[in-house]
Amino acid sequence: MTTQAIARGRLVQRAGPAVSLVITGARVLDPASGIDEVRDLVVRDGVIGGDPDGLDQVGGRGLVVLPGLVDPHVHLRTPGREDTEDIASGTRAAAAGGFTSIVAMPNTAPPVDSAAVLGSLLEIAASDAVVPVGFTAAITVGQEGRQLTEQAELAEVGAVAFTDDGFPVADARVMRLALQYQRLAQRPIALHEEDAALSHGGVVHEGANASRLGLPGIPGVSEAVAVGRDAILAEREGARIHIQHVSSAATVAEIARAKARGVAITAEVTPHHLVLTDDVLDELDPTRHKMNPPLRGAPDREALRAALVDGTIDCIATDHAPHASEEKDAPFEEAPFGVIGLETAFAACHTALVRSGAMELELLVRRMSADAASVLELPAPSLADGNTANLALWDLEEEWEVGSAGFASKSSNCAFTGAALVGRPQLTIAGGQLAWRKSP
Amino acid sequence: MSRHLVSIRDLGGDGLERVLDRTDQFAEVMDREIKKVPSLRGRVVVNLFLEPSTRTSTSFEIAGKRLSADVVTVRGSSSSVEKGESLRDTILTLDTYAPDVIVIRHKAAGAAALAARVSRAAIVNAGDGTNEHPTQALLDLYTVRQIFERVSGLQVAFVGDVQHSRVARSSMAALQMLGADVMAVGPPTLLPVEGEDALGAEMSADIADIEDADLVYVLRMQHERQGPGGYVPSLREYAREYGINHSRLAPGQRVMHAGPVNRGVEISDALVDDPETLVLQQAANGQLVRMAVLYDLLAAKEPTAEELGTREAVAT
Repeated sequence: MTTQAIARGRLVQRAGPAVSLVITGARVLDPASGIDEVRDLVVRDGVIGGDPDGLDQVGGRGLVVLPGLVDPHVHLRTPGREDTEDIASGTRAAAAGGFTSIVAMPNTAPPVDSAAVLGSLLEIAASDAVVPVGFTAAITVGQEGRQLTEQAELAEVGAVAFTDDGFPVADARVMRLALQYQRLAQRPIALHEEDAALSHGGVVHEGANASRLGLPGIPGVSEAVAVGRDAILAEREGARIHIQHVSSAATVAEIARAKARGVAITAEVTPHHLVLTDDVLDELDPTRHKMNPPLRGAPDREALRAALVDGTIDCIATDHAPHASEEKDAPFEEAPFGVIGLETAFAACHTALVRSGAMELELLVRRMSADAASVLELPAPSLADGNTANLALWDLEEEWEVGSAGFASKSSNCAFTGAALVGRPQLTIAGGQLAWRKSP
Repeated sequence: MSRHLVSIRDLGGDGLERVLDRTDQFAEVMDREIKKVPSLRGRVVVNLFLEPSTRTSTSFEIAGKRLSADVVTVRGSSSSVEKGESLRDTILTLDTYAPDVIVIRHKAAGAAALAARVSRAAIVNAGDGTNEHPTQALLDLYTVRQIFERVSGLQVAFVGDVQHSRVARSSMAALQMLGADVMAVGPPTLLPVEGEDALGAEMSADIADIEDADLVYVLRMQHERQGPGGYVPSLREYAREYGINHSRLAPGQRVMHAGPVNRGVEISDALVDDPETLVLQQAANGQLVRMAVLYDLLAAKEPTAEELGTREAVAT
């Protein structure tokens, strides 16, 4: 049986053969569905459950089946920079990291600010996407912060959400209009929060390391003041906002305050902000360590971890941001911001958070799967019988060196290159199709 | 020993002492009529100066020539960087000519670190944005050793735009490595954030706090950073609050400045021209220290009598 190129909700995947197999003797763990047992898991014609007879067997003893991970924040560089990533390579990288749904940002060239560009992306995805992929559209035309995009039409064509990621909306009135217009467009508004005047050309976290190295700093309050403003506006307009890549303790406090007074606000945090601090900057290596928001200090990292555990921050997102190596290999101050993360996200968090005892495995799975789906109102992968198979079979004991065997992504600007991480998918099934299988 | 000199920390305390002692040896050469030795004969030094510089570029060029190295200086206005070539490609291209040393000055922090990653030559950082300027630190330290008996325990106050000063960043670290007690004084808007943690030095906005310093190190106010969006209301007010002049100094306090000076802004006209002020002595020491740095990177052993060009060797 072959599936059609399918739109599942707002996510699109290429047509392909539905997979049928049985994973034997694995721990099947899906906290959101209340499943945690060692047993066989059947996938027949791309759907979980049914009769195992006659199916190919995959040995799962000592391994763990987890629901597919969901990433509400990736950059697929299409259209415009297909030399650094395209929909095929980006979704392959997702599958290699255990992700079964990803959502792409609109800061492409041209940006996704019209139904025409969005429509063409959906068409490409229908032929190239290895895992279901969704697309956001810009809040403002050209991401210039002046004029709203045609959000009703964009939502109808399939925009998952609206965001000016990378180019925060500076004008409070424009932001307010977007929040009001949400009553028509009905999609979440995702916000890269940063006051550009406060960031003032900064390239790293403003703090002792920046001062020691003489690098211009981006203060944590640059993010927090923007969140404060937009939470107040969202409260006034009854709008629903999602805060992207939270990086500072001051921002966590703003989100907690907004949630406490009932603002419809959700938030994400990246693996690199959860795992690393700006203590790594000594090498002045922008390929691994330059991103926006920047790696911050240990107190910020602790606040992010605590917020992820207590739910102030709802989920993990990678902000997977591929760049050509020749562009990244520049003086730190001049290199572009961004690191890739799809292939390392779960392993990095598993290694640094779960194995260190900072977080339960069950909670990490929730934060990277069901909770990550809900922030942009996507369907949550479930291992319960009858669901389309969106899952990965993990060896949570396998230790591997990041980058030693290359990346599935077209780019290699990863914050964890050279690190030893523990946990790796053995196979990934997305949208009922076999999306990735580790080479023996 | 690091193969490069990107940060002053690459040398460590022992390395600092070693380069300063070597500088003493080369200082002796300057007393001769022919101020040239054969130490680096056959070696090639490329000076890649992609940001304006007078004293650093000139002194590196002369330093290389006094050591008999072949020296080529490439400047921003005459380089392919003007045609949009990336720094990485420029370095890779220069590398094909197999230079022994590339001395690099660039406007962006991290430029020297990049060069060290991609080049096979030894890299000397001659100033990268607001990051570091290690040879300035060495010449400052050498000057300090000429004037004061001990560096250990010496009280040094850096005054002015500490936040944007690569000179302050490298020289403070170097002085601390040899045991000096360093502090920074400047307008609150130009002191580095978390400066105490970052630099291991007291931060003060009160100019009166320089009173206990043996040495006052005056930092250049960078005109290009002032005006609308700058960090102080005006250079006039800066001069009034933080400008160093004779009336702000206690008897016996010595004054250094890396140059170029803004007379009447961070330092008074009269003080610049006071023979007790060390500005020109610093400049003179620049070429000596840079000779020692080039030598240290290329010949990690004691120079022979022949390499030093002693009179006996020259005579034979």
